[in-house]
Amino acid sequence: MTSPVSFSTSISRRHEKLIRVCLFCCAALSVLTTGAIVYVLLSNAIYAPGDKTAFFERVSLTEFLTSAQWKPAEGDKGRFGIWPLLSGTMMVAVISSLVSIPAGLGAAIYMSEYAGARERQILKPVLELLAGIPSVVFGFFALKFVTPWLLKPLFGWLDVKVSIFNSLSAGIVVGIMVTPLIASLSEDVIRSVPRSLREAAHALGSTKYDVCMKVVVPAALSGILASFLLAFSRAVGETMAVAIAAGGSPMLALNPLEGSQTMTGFMVHASTGDSAADSISRMSMYAVGITLFLLTLVINLISGWILRKFREEYQ
Amino acid sequence: MSISLQETRVSFRQGTDSLLRRRLLHSRVFRVVCLLLTYSSLGILGILMGSVFWSSLSRLAPDFLSNHYSMNPVRCGILAGIWGSFWLVMLTAAFSIPIGVGSAVYLEEMASDTWLVRLIRINLSNLAGVPSIVYGILGLSAFRPLMLSLQTVFDGTRVVNVMGLFRVRILHLEIFDGSVLIGAMTMSLVILPIVIIASQEALRAIPSSIRVASLALGATRWQTIWRQVIPAALPGIATGVILAVSRAIGEAAPIMMIGVLTVASMCPGGIETPLQMLQDPTRLIAVPFDQFTAMPVEIYDWSKQPDPQDRFTAVAAAGIVVLLLVLLLINAAAMIVRARAGRNTQW
Repeated sequence: MTSPVSFSTSISRRHEKLIRVCLFCCAALSVLTTGAIVYVLLSNAIYAPGDKTAFFERVSLTEFLTSAQWKPAEGDKGRFGIWPLLSGTMMVAVISSLVSIPAGLGAAIYMSEYAGARERQILKPVLELLAGIPSVVFGFFALKFVTPWLLKPLFGWLDVKVSIFNSLSAGIVVGIMVTPLIASLSEDVIRSVPRSLREAAHALGSTKYDVCMKVVVPAALSGILASFLLAFSRAVGETMAVAIAAGGSPMLALNPLEGSQTMTGFMVHASTGDSAADSISRMSMYAVGITLFLLTLVINLISGWILRKFREEYQ
Repeated sequence: MSISLQETRVSFRQGTDSLLRRRLLHSRVFRVVCLLLTYSSLGILGILMGSVFWSSLSRLAPDFLSNHYSMNPVRCGILAGIWGSFWLVMLTAAFSIPIGVGSAVYLEEMASDTWLVRLIRINLSNLAGVPSIVYGILGLSAFRPLMLSLQTVFDGTRVVNVMGLFRVRILHLEIFDGSVLIGAMTMSLVILPIVIIASQEALRAIPSSIRVASLALGATRWQTIWRQVIPAALPGIATGVILAVSRAIGEAAPIMMIGVLTVASMCPGGIETPLQMLQDPTRLIAVPFDQFTAMPVEIYDWSKQPDPQDRFTAVAAAGIVVLLLVLLLINAAAMIVRARAGRNTQW
């Protein structure tokens, strides 16, 4: 009597096991992706198997870390110092933080502490909309609006020259791009601060400002700092807006009103250029790529560590 | 909050000491600053849209949608980019949705807490923070050689013996360097973490009582997932997935890396109208292996176009208007899905 039942369950057991294995493979693909990224970067930048030569087998690490010039187009006579690209990236990322930290934190505080439910229902989708605008659009905005209509009149009035491609416009638009990220992540942590803390502060005679800046924000500080770091790493990895607005001249001069080249900007430039696949200028892309990958990874890991380490637990 | 409002009113009426008054003024200024910061992003969104639309006016015409690239900015159009982006997104969705939703189902519904699963989870959150251009390097150095090696199989001269009965000649396919397929594979990896995280959140929103009830009635684990959990989570999954896939439309960096065309006057498979697709379906086979360009790539190229009279600005702006309209439609679709689902579910 029981045999047909057990027969069908054994079929479905096997079936279920198969499905489980398939789904596990899907999930494991993400680990494979990371492995492939690391392998591709390492095998082209540091040590190449077979008869290929990796970037650091042709250019010394000292040259990469100490030279103040980045001139990969000149082939084996070129200079390969990462600092011009790194300083360009950092300049854009720092300017973007100067824009996005006040704007993002202000928006987060306003949405969680001041805005009513209806107002928040309008503000949140608008911020999501801003976050969904593609990076190229921001690049266009920087090049065709921010520089000619905002920076040129402003600095022309101060008698300072602004080039068409400049890091300042790139930094400003990247800052606008990452503001929604800071706003939504910070708002989440600010809202999770328990209401009793606010009530206690009010009862002790605090003004709303005191409650926000001296009680709520310090209580949510770990999450807020983590969101700043995530936004910074996003700005470091930001590509198209920067490639359009900052220009293509790697320079170690830290003048935000002049053009510079970031690591991402160089990579786009190198991949669209028509140099041969194994030329040194093409291979230098992998060295820059591994630097970018490590830099963003470290910032993200620090961000996660801050979030875990300094989290305030409330019952 | 009502407490502070009352407090403000009371103190001003009584005219208490100047320190308190200063603190309250401070508090009000702070409120206004926060309000301005919040609404400035709204204003910037308006300025951005307005300035782009304004610059696009001189090129925004019906023939912008139906023309190919041209050196002459008055005739330059976005047709190749529209078709390129369309095929890219279709293939990207075909790769990333099954894999992404499958991963989410495994991680949320099936996985036990082993070291391997923990590794997958940690890796996933790190992968979401990897810049998209790094995926482009992967596409360039891993997928492209893989595809080009397929070229020797599809060179049109190979003949396969099927069980000693038929001799089938493998069709000739021209596999290009920066093909739609390579682009879609790269783009899938870019959006996969987003698809997985969005699907996980949708699955987590389903109360466990549904699972427990289904299991109690004798359903197996998979029957519970397939017939109860996934249908219940479907609107949430769909919303998240649509938004993730829409990211692929605006993303240019990874496909720039694999060597996509920046100037194109052909559409993948030579399909320029939907009608051609119906008339000659064999062209569809060539689509994934054909060269392509995408809307954001064209916009990048037009924005960088060194033109003394700045005539390509209008072309780039018109391209942005088309791109933003497409994104807006997709976002609206996602919102409708979310709103309709919200009406029906009650738990």
